[in-house]
Amino acid sequence: MRIEGKGRIDRSTWYGFTFDGVHYEGHPGDTVASALLAHDVRMVGRSFKYHRPRGILTAGSAEPNALVTVGSGAHASPNERATMVELTPGLQVTSQNRWPSLGFDVLSVNDLAAPFFGAGFYYKTFMWPKAFWEKVYEPAIRRAAGLGALSGVTDPEECEKGFRFCDVLVIGAGPAGLMAAKLAAEAGADVILADEGTEPGGQLTAEVEEIDGMAAHEWAAKLWAELGAMPNVRLMLRTTVTGAYDQGTYGALERLRGHATGHGPRECFWRIAAKRAVLAAGSLERPVAFRDNDRPGIMTAGAVRAYLNRWGVSPGRNVTVFANNDDAHRTARDLVMAGVKVNAVLDARHDAPKSDDFAVIRGAQVCGSHGRKGLDGITYRTASGETTIMTDCLAVSGGWNPTVHLTCHMGGRPVWRDDILAFVPKPGAIPGMVTAGACNGAFSTAACLAEGVAAAKQAVEDLGLTAPDVTLPEAGTEAGGIFPLWAVPGKGRAWLDFQNDVTVKDVKQAATENYQSVEHMKRYTTQGMATDQGKMSSVAALAILADATGRGIPETGTTTFRPPFSPISIGALGAGSKGSGFAPQRYTTSHAATVARNAPMIEAGLWYRPSYFPQAGETTWRQSCDREVGYVRNAVGISDVTTLGKIDIQGPDAAELLDIVYTGLFSTLKVGKVRYGLMLREDGFVMDDGTTARLGENHYVMTTTTAAAGQVMAHLDFVTQVLRPDLDVSVISVTEQWAQFAVAGPKSRPLLEDLLETTLTAEDWPFMSCGPVTVGGVTGRLFRISFSGEQGWEIAVPARYGASLFDALVARAEAMGGGLYGMEALNVLRIEKGFLTHAELHGRTTAFDLGMGRMISAKKDCIGKVMAAREGLVDPGRAQLVGLKPVGEVQQLVSGAHLFREGAKIEPENDQGYVTSVCYSPTLGHSIGLAFLERGPRRYGEKIRMIDRTKGLETLCEVVNPVFFDPEGARARD
Amino acid sequence: MRIPCPICGPRDSREFTYRGAALDRPAPDAGADAWEDYVHLRDNPAGPTLDLWYHHAGCASWLKVSRNTVTHEITGAVLAGAEDKA
Ligand SMILES: [Zn+2]
Repeated sequence: MRIEGKGRIDRSTWYGFTFDGVHYEGHPGDTVASALLAHDVRMVGRSFKYHRPRGILTAGSAEPNALVTVGSGAHASPNERATMVELTPGLQVTSQNRWPSLGFDVLSVNDLAAPFFGAGFYYKTFMWPKAFWEKVYEPAIRRAAGLGALSGVTDPEECEKGFRFCDVLVIGAGPAGLMAAKLAAEAGADVILADEGTEPGGQLTAEVEEIDGMAAHEWAAKLWAELGAMPNVRLMLRTTVTGAYDQGTYGALERLRGHATGHGPRECFWRIAAKRAVLAAGSLERPVAFRDNDRPGIMTAGAVRAYLNRWGVSPGRNVTVFANNDDAHRTARDLVMAGVKVNAVLDARHDAPKSDDFAVIRGAQVCGSHGRKGLDGITYRTASGETTIMTDCLAVSGGWNPTVHLTCHMGGRPVWRDDILAFVPKPGAIPGMVTAGACNGAFSTAACLAEGVAAAKQAVEDLGLTAPDVTLPEAGTEAGGIFPLWAVPGKGRAWLDFQNDVTVKDVKQAATENYQSVEHMKRYTTQGMATDQGKMSSVAALAILADATGRGIPETGTTTFRPPFSPISIGALGAGSKGSGFAPQRYTTSHAATVARNAPMIEAGLWYRPSYFPQAGETTWRQSCDREVGYVRNAVGISDVTTLGKIDIQGPDAAELLDIVYTGLFSTLKVGKVRYGLMLREDGFVMDDGTTARLGENHYVMTTTTAAAGQVMAHLDFVTQVLRPDLDVSVISVTEQWAQFAVAGPKSRPLLEDLLETTLTAEDWPFMSCGPVTVGGVTGRLFRISFSGEQGWEIAVPARYGASLFDALVARAEAMGGGLYGMEALNVLRIEKGFLTHAELHGRTTAFDLGMGRMISAKKDCIGKVMAAREGLVDPGRAQLVGLKPVGEVQQLVSGAHLFREGAKIEPENDQGYVTSVCYSPTLGHSIGLAFLERGPRRYGEKIRMIDRTKGLETLCEVVNPVFFDPEGARARD
Repeated sequence: MRIPCPICGPRDSREFTYRGAALDRPAPDAGADAWEDYVHLRDNPAGPTLDLWYHHAGCASWLKVSRNTVTHEITGAVLAGAEDKA
């Protein structure tokens, strides 16, 4: 219920929202949790395993229970914490893990069967029969035990990513963080202050207390505003620092638009590089385990106080407090001041402080709760026996756990402090990070303020700055008074991990069954493995484990805290990388004209290239492809080959560099000539191939395959910078600077003569020649090379003239009975000639395998030469390149299929090779393929079985020379 | 993680490609063992190490980066081959 005169919400404005279809109203400043509690909605979900009713436990990001789905349809976002979702107009909120409804849930029968579902249940029960696990048990368990469900459709929400840099990152804007930021900022450091809340102050936002004579939350707001006015401070609210990584790198999730309707990104994932960091992450209140302590209406004492003081909501009308420390007494005090009835404070300590405002029952422990879907009473035990009282809200405090999580992200283990019964950070666990305030075990406001100043002083002095004098504000010094109480002994189930349904008994049973290491206990019971990662339960669980195993808490130790501190959506982590944003797109200068011709585009690395150019009346890609192959074989075809890597190599030692990286000799190549080159890796296997032209005495231009352009460039940089820095040579990629087109076919010469307005005689332009030409007044380059086996040329112009040259070439080709050809036709043309691509140069083939062993020059060293000569790499038994043609009834060839002798059993030992490239050859009228076959070149004429077990296909083939068409090569030289 | 490129300044590690330990290439006649060592065998040091990284998304320099495999500290980066060129 709402309490008049309390809270910092805008009561003049009403926001309507729905929960499970029921309309409610709240105010700006509300969270879904506070708005539901204002309407006395206590049950908001069901637990993971037993489907027990679950209410709201906390008022912050550690919430394990109140997980809801926000939004609907494609916008639905599951497993959102109701305590963190800000109320916005029209919000649709749905409960989870129940069917058919939250009130009546079929699977809550699991709860009745609970004796069978204890620790290790999955391991023990579902192991037999083995085959049942995948088919029966796992699907059934997954259906039954699920939290929120994904919408199943593409999420239309956009997220953002960003990078920030600073001198000092302050994590948390409570009293310690605010003072740390103030000192660092006044010292002149570039400061980022991040807090996951919607207003500054941390725990101060939930308290009734004073700092420097002001209300504490007003003091925080004032200091926040002063910091915001400084040019060297960046303030980030709604920003959870989720992880600490190497070199002062921090991940942070900023909630931007959140679930509000409208435009702009929902969240932003930041990577923050900070020279120093101050962790002031505060602490999390822990519950006490007792029988049926999971009933809706049972909350942490701090949460009850937060709902009252910040949101003007009392989670009950008749509240009882159960605690083992002084801090929880504030909850009773604040409730009484606000006019809410407080039954009593049940304090486990026999020396608990008394109060004039409310009853304190010393030495009391709650040992049971009552009610169906929500709390209506509790039973507590004192020395004089058990008493049952009516109450609709129990505020529980078992003490506070410092939020040490980030300090453990690089392997640091927290240190146990007996005086405060809590783990504190190990100093120096994260290089460059200092800890301060409650996360460091300093629980009074005054101590937090002082530690914030001290931590920031250390950080700025590390950076060589001078720390200014900062006067500490006056604040309360009360803290602690804690007495150890983790679980109240007694019968029944006392819950530790509310989300994963782990009980005190489960932990004890794990210990009994010898799962005594904390990591084993965790996995055996699933304690701490839910979305809250055990924030509310882990310390209590290991305290119980420590007790059960007769060890102390420090010896028992903690499980490993890993990033992220709180859940991050995949959408935020992958921001900017979905759909077309996944990778950059590279377009050639003919892209627009190609797309205008309806050519389907395929990706080649980051490039887009046309598959084929469909024409009216063609219904399959094969029809287009066969026609395009015909252009090249019979008339003239045009293809954009810009995407092949082009590397400009200049300098007095250019020739020597090429001799080092290619197997062949390039220093002997004459100016105006082109040579085919094979490049090896240092281990002797083939890296890439291509042609290199000598444009001048000290000037070459190398081409690479499209796929390997980047790799070859890095390789040349490696050779020139690392292996041979003495060479006087420069290499640079010019792939994008030159648009290049293949002009191939018997009519290619007349086409180019018309275009260039010159004659291209066989004497001046023999096969494998190159030189400058003038194209419409522009200086370009012409190469007489062929990847089709026909008379072929490639003409290159500066990229800005590419689109224009493309149009000029296509118009002439079409007038001569030819036209454009795409990647499919290009592939057919090269397979017909036995030319190679990365289907063959796949990283496991050698020059020997490709029939190019003699291309490794004996006259010089080259990269890979020594290792290529290893015995095993020149073994005649190796699989070597051959051609295949089908000779039986089945004519289909498949790349990836394997080769077997006739009569041999189809098993791996008899595997003799594999197929790499196949196509239908319109020139020859049948399918052809390239394959690697053991001792292949000596087996021409032999029959071999091609087997593809995935397709159930067998094709009888003849082994042939891989050059299917024009083996003499006369057409290219013509 | 950031690498201090001598040309570009400290840059995000995603701009770099890792190659491996910085080793000297053996002479062609160094023998099978030396080549096997160079191409295939690597130490796995716990502590300081010297690696080659390529600044592919930056200045295209090959760098020798001093790194600690235990603490993940990066203590320096120099242009590979710079000493030979000087
Ligand atoms: Zn660089």
